[in-house]
Amino acid sequence: MIRRRSLKFMKYLFLTVAALISVFPLYWMFVSATNTSMDVLGGKLLPGKNLITNFKMLSARANVAQAMWNSLRNSIVATVSSLIIGSIAGYGFEIYHDRGKDLLMSFLLLSMMIPFAAIMIPLFMMIGKLNLLNTTTAFVLPTLSTAFIIFLFRQSARFFQQEIIEAARIDGLSELGIFVRMYIPVMRSTYATAGIITFMAAWNNYLWPLIILQSPKSQTMPLVLSKLVAGYVTDYGLLMLAVSLSVLPIIVIFLILQKNFAEGVVASVK
Amino acid sequence: MSSIKLKTKQNLVGWTFVLPASLLICVFYFYPIGRAIYLSLQTGIGINMQFVGLMNYKRLFVDKLFKTSLTNVLTYLTFQVPLMLILALILAYILNDKNLKLRGFFRVALFLPCATSLVSYSLIFRSMFALDGFVNTVLIKLNLLNNPINWLGNPLTAKIVIVLALTWRWTGYNMIFYLAGLQNIDPSIFEAAVIDGANSITRFFKITLPMLKPIILLTAIISTNGTLQLFDETVNITSGGPANATVSISQYIYRLSFQYSPQFPYAAAMSVFVFLLVAVLALVQMRVGDQR
Repeated sequence: MIRRRSLKFMKYLFLTVAALISVFPLYWMFVSATNTSMDVLGGKLLPGKNLITNFKMLSARANVAQAMWNSLRNSIVATVSSLIIGSIAGYGFEIYHDRGKDLLMSFLLLSMMIPFAAIMIPLFMMIGKLNLLNTTTAFVLPTLSTAFIIFLFRQSARFFQQEIIEAARIDGLSELGIFVRMYIPVMRSTYATAGIITFMAAWNNYLWPLIILQSPKSQTMPLVLSKLVAGYVTDYGLLMLAVSLSVLPIIVIFLILQKNFAEGVVASVK
Repeated sequence: MSSIKLKTKQNLVGWTFVLPASLLICVFYFYPIGRAIYLSLQTGIGINMQFVGLMNYKRLFVDKLFKTSLTNVLTYLTFQVPLMLILALILAYILNDKNLKLRGFFRVALFLPCATSLVSYSLIFRSMFALDGFVNTVLIKLNLLNNPINWLGNPLTAKIVIVLALTWRWTGYNMIFYLAGLQNIDPSIFEAAVIDGANSITRFFKITLPMLKPIILLTAIISTNGTLQLFDETVNITSGGPANATVSISQYIYRLSFQYSPQFPYAAAMSVFVFLLVAVLALVQMRVGDQR
């Protein structure tokens, strides 16, 4: 009995320590955003009054508003376009499946094995040739269509009943009409899941924009963040404010759409 | 007759649905990897290209910095991936207990690091482990240290910080996979084991572990793949330093292509090597997973 109780205690202790370690760096980030660099270095763990000063200093160092807007615009364009392209393909691969399409799908899945580092040089050369450096188009192109998103929608189309399609055809709905009017409304949660994955990947993307978004006006948040620590003596209050700004939108989405978030992660297991 | 026509028409519609996405993948994944392989067999710049066979690949073997970056990445892989997967397994196993109090809270807290971008959390860790940063301040205040440790300035501790950072960011992510896997295990198996007198540790090794094997394999492959492509963290936590002690392969490829005077063909050879390494390691892991 005592052994069982101590095992239970150990469980809770382990979980509590793990949870604290998980949350603490984020807490520290938010608190530090409101403190002076000196306070941050002194180990202050309570909110301070320096938020507005930090904000003014940050604005003087970098065009954060522009960077936030670039990140937001690029991520929304990437998400919307890849959901449209990926969902219609996933639907097509499942609903009209035959040997040819199944084979093509397996081939497309191989693309998931290709590391980005292996293709970034040819991609950069392509973007250069097309004169697309510093554009949203360049940001979006490599992830416009990914095997993972197609796969996700193909799996969900499996649960779309054939009877609904037959009935809609008899009612005279076109094939595209069935997809738009019948499939999309039913698959809202798949769209949410796929949307979160794509949006987050785009919002957080670093290596690709580092290569193609060279003009200061086109840079996204990760690029601006990364530059804040280069060269100068680091002002930690200012830095943590910038990091907080970039993390906050994703944390809000995460807390609201937690279920879809977790589903997105495990989608590839099922 | 008309039904055959209808089938053909539907089939055509199907192809128009799948073709745009398929073509895009060919253009932005398969064509570039082919291009990279082709490029890796050449030398020169711009239109002055010469075919040199495997020369670039031979150069890999005598390139000291390449060896360093490869060793670094393999070091991260060896220490970080098992540490993280074991932690994630234990956490998932504990969290799977339906009678656990505050279960939802713990799950959210442990998964929260996944919501931070790689650059953001790298900068948080860089700041916390700076010479005058939070970690040293606390250790000195608690009298555990007399002088600050130069975490990011020492080859060994810099590697440790990277391993810790990666573990912080990705443990919750892997835990979610295991939780999903555990939910698919029929609870009656556990109940039967309890009746047979198996304690929770025996149940973990005899039931949980074997039944989760496919998912453990999947997470191992995903993590290996990710670690071999490590970039954001080493760039933003340590900038690859001190003296290249933490530099990763992707970072070296980036430097060769965009920071030093561009050497696209050689960088391409290195990237093809990474591609092969990822493929081979995934195959090995699948083979090992299939046995027993």
